[in-house]
Amino acid sequence: MSWAWLRSRGASPAGPVDEATAASLAARLDAAAQTRLGRSLAIRHVNTGSCNGCELELRALRGVFYDLERYGLRFVESPRHADVLLVTGPLTRNLREALEAAFDAAPEPKWVVAVGDCAVDGGVFKGSYAVLDGTGAALPVDLTISGCPPSPARMLAGLHALLEANARPERPGRSTRASD
Amino acid sequence: MTALDLICSGTAEQCRPWRRFSLPPEAWSAMIAALAESPEPVLLGLWADSQQIHALFRDATGALIGSVAVEGGRYPALSPVRPVASRPECMIRDLWGHIAVGGDERTWLDHGRWPMAHPLSPRPGLPGGAVEPPQFPGVEDPGATQVPLGPIHGLIDEPAHLRLVTRGDTVLRAEARLGYAHRGILALMRGKSPRAAARFIARLAAETTVAHSVAFARAAESALETPVPPRAVAWRTVMLEQEQIAGRLDDLARLADAAGMGPLHAALGEHRETLLRAAERAFGHRLMMDVVVPGGLAADIAPDGATALRQVGDGLAEALPSLRQRLDPLLGRLDGLGRIVSGSDAGGDAAARCAARLSGIGRSLDRLRAALDALPDGPVSAALPAASGEGLDCGDSQRGTVWHWLRLDHGQIAACFPCDPAWSLWPLAETAMAGESVAEEQMIRLSFGLPCAALDL
Repeated sequence: MSWAWLRSRGASPAGPVDEATAASLAARLDAAAQTRLGRSLAIRHVNTGSCNGCELELRALRGVFYDLERYGLRFVESPRHADVLLVTGPLTRNLREALEAAFDAAPEPKWVVAVGDCAVDGGVFKGSYAVLDGTGAALPVDLTISGCPPSPARMLAGLHALLEANARPERPGRSTRASD
Repeated sequence: MTALDLICSGTAEQCRPWRRFSLPPEAWSAMIAALAESPEPVLLGLWADSQQIHALFRDATGALIGSVAVEGGRYPALSPVRPVASRPECMIRDLWGHIAVGGDERTWLDHGRWPMAHPLSPRPGLPGGAVEPPQFPGVEDPGATQVPLGPIHGLIDEPAHLRLVTRGDTVLRAEARLGYAHRGILALMRGKSPRAAARFIARLAAETTVAHSVAFARAAESALETPVPPRAVAWRTVMLEQEQIAGRLDDLARLADAAGMGPLHAALGEHRETLLRAAERAFGHRLMMDVVVPGGLAADIAPDGATALRQVGDGLAEALPSLRQRLDPLLGRLDGLGRIVSGSDAGGDAAARCAARLSGIGRSLDRLRAALDALPDGPVSAALPAASGEGLDCGDSQRGTVWHWLRLDHGQIAACFPCDPAWSLWPLAETAMAGESVAEEQMIRLSFGLPCAALDL
């Protein structure tokens, strides 16, 4: 199954934050989450060696300008409560085990979202002895949101794509992670 | 003779603008003995290259480096007289394989997962030296238990493992284990031009990306004796202050969030977001990554950039008195929490650290607006020659002064090190947690604003 369309939708061109886009996204997300999905998505963030840039923007996403929670998307403390693992960082070798443990702890069905160029393919750290070049080396990735770091509006657009995809009738079963 | 006198009696190397001295082994040992006698000078950082160990000390004018050659893979440890050297010594052993005689023998960055041991050594070894999981010393108390926290913890945070030894609700001892975010940045930078390597330095730690980029660029420019155009210098000042304001707002917002003060969290976040949007208009990047490069700036600033930054600065200055008032309940919540004795900004209790951030915002705003008022015209970058040289220079971040050292060989980086103030913040935070309630771990941690990525390299 090709998920390339998800990527293309998530990767809107970077630019200044556009109020109109944020407003229209709010409306579309609201509709998708409330009427079709009928529930919220719980997100567990997993940092796999990020420079903290994606984290700064994720925190902005929780702030009043973007206010992620009004779309039914919220961050949770435990992977056991999570529908979505939101992964940042190039996946350092030192964090592979922690990421896999978080994935195994999350209940089915679950999604893996790779946020930022590092999580997509290692970014600037690609090829280093200490990194595995992105989330895909350990887990099946459902959605990528590129950028270094992606702006909050871009992250919001990507997560919107996820909500819409989640509302589609056929969902692929995803229970196994990439083998060693 | 004081330790600084002993260092200055060594062989002066061609390091600019701050000095570096190579010491013979006996002078290094005498320096350690002198350090044991007095808390001065303060050790700012410790690192290595393939032949030498470099210790960065604060002196009256700024800083200087004392270096000693590694003999037979060993050197005398500094940690017995300067405990803050303990983690850097472990880092040096993990990366270069040089052993600190008399230091901590546990691994720090190497968690036994790399394809080789000592990746920066001229002859990397086979993996397998790391003992995992590391042993954390307990305490002599039959009622004590160990509480492991992390590396994945909090809502949106950096990876760190914290081991608390507790009795009941009280923390007896706290110890951090880092290295999870080790990306191998030093190995990636080696052999590259300063301009190419600046991309890695910009991504060492995002909240201090400008400070690290400026320190690195200044070190490279000093090493190559290339002056930077005045316009680039002025814009760098603007960016440094802008970053410090945004960083301090983020620190305060996280504290407010953790304390359950929603409206305050929202207000601080709003100011921060406004700053980041102005930064995007001026510099094309919200966090100002890749704008500062060795030689000056990557490009000139957008024509309306100065106006946008000025407006935001004025707005924040106007809102500052009311923010100060609204922070009062938070200061009350943090009163007396995690008290430590230290000469730095991190001294006092969590409320003092919080108040220091707020006054820091005021000072940064003054400097930001002064710099915006006096922007010179002209070019924003100078070409760097592909020459050899050595530089040590600094940049100011919201956590303290960042130091960068590098040695260039025909325009390529032969050795370099980014020295972040967080190396000394983590031990202070561990001390501050002892005696406090387990439930206050997060508040104390946030009151220090402890970065991981900058130390994990």
